[in-house]
Amino acid sequence: MLLIHCPYCEEERPEIEFANAGEAHIARPSDMDGLSDQAFEEFFFIRSNPKGLHYERWRHIHGCARFFNALRDTVTDRFVATYKTGEPKPDIAAEGKDQ
Amino acid sequence: MADQLQRAHPLSGRLVSNAGVTVEPAPEAPRMILRAGKSALPALSKALGVKLPTKPKKSANGNGRIAIWLGPDEWLVIDLQSGDPAADCAAVKVLHSAVDVSHRNTAIIVSGTHSAAVINGGCPLDLSLDAFPAGAATRTVFGKAEIILLRETEDRFRIECWRSFSDYVFGFLEAAAVDTDG
Ligand SMILES: [Zn+2]
Repeated sequence: MLLIHCPYCEEERPEIEFANAGEAHIARPSDMDGLSDQAFEEFFFIRSNPKGLHYERWRHIHGCARFFNALRDTVTDRFVATYKTGEPKPDIAAEGKDQ
Repeated sequence: MADQLQRAHPLSGRLVSNAGVTVEPAPEAPRMILRAGKSALPALSKALGVKLPTKPKKSANGNGRIAIWLGPDEWLVIDLQSGDPAADCAAVKVLHSAVDVSHRNTAIIVSGTHSAAVINGGCPLDLSLDAFPAGAATRTVFGKAEIILLRETEDRFRIECWRSFSDYVFGFLEAAAVDTDG
């Protein structure tokens, strides 16, 4: 079983305690009313869906129940880093060095 | 003429007992889910008579109550002496949310030398004494049910689960306990 480090529980926990919640760092536009259809489509539906390193939201739903962010490789399923909501993105180049 | 309605314990009469483990329902107990920010904790701890733990996987005892850290702003408080923790919190003026969940939850006591192995039949957590010593507690999973697991002593655990899941959880423990007989 995959172990995922929860930044709130401060330890690695079994993957079945967690739920994925899509791509991270997508800011909700402050001016929703003024958005064009195309801009709304981009915000609401379009995701980067990369092959490789991906910033994504996770929730430790059957643990502390908090949302947090993770940097995960979508090819190998390796978690490069996890960090608390509101913290800045870890630098991919720096994080990737020790692989 | 109507008789007074009695709330039946969902696990009434259930028992597993063999050489390695005993699985039995815990008595009814008042319970509360508490949500509060850091600045509210001293006042709430004082009102409850138990110091709310602030570290992951920790529990605390006091005033006949157990307080379990569930998340950075969330606790489960179990009262073992028929008190009313939610009422005690109502007297506190700082911002918080106290929800009585006494009848949503029920609890199962698993005790005996093989209790950790039986729980690991359905729970993926590391229950070695280094990782999960006496006093450790957390929300986790048991089979398909969410539980809150508390290690009261080295060989005694309390499993809190939703009342409607309790038949499933108890049956799962019963099946896992077969291997510990003898
Ligand atoms: Zn957590």
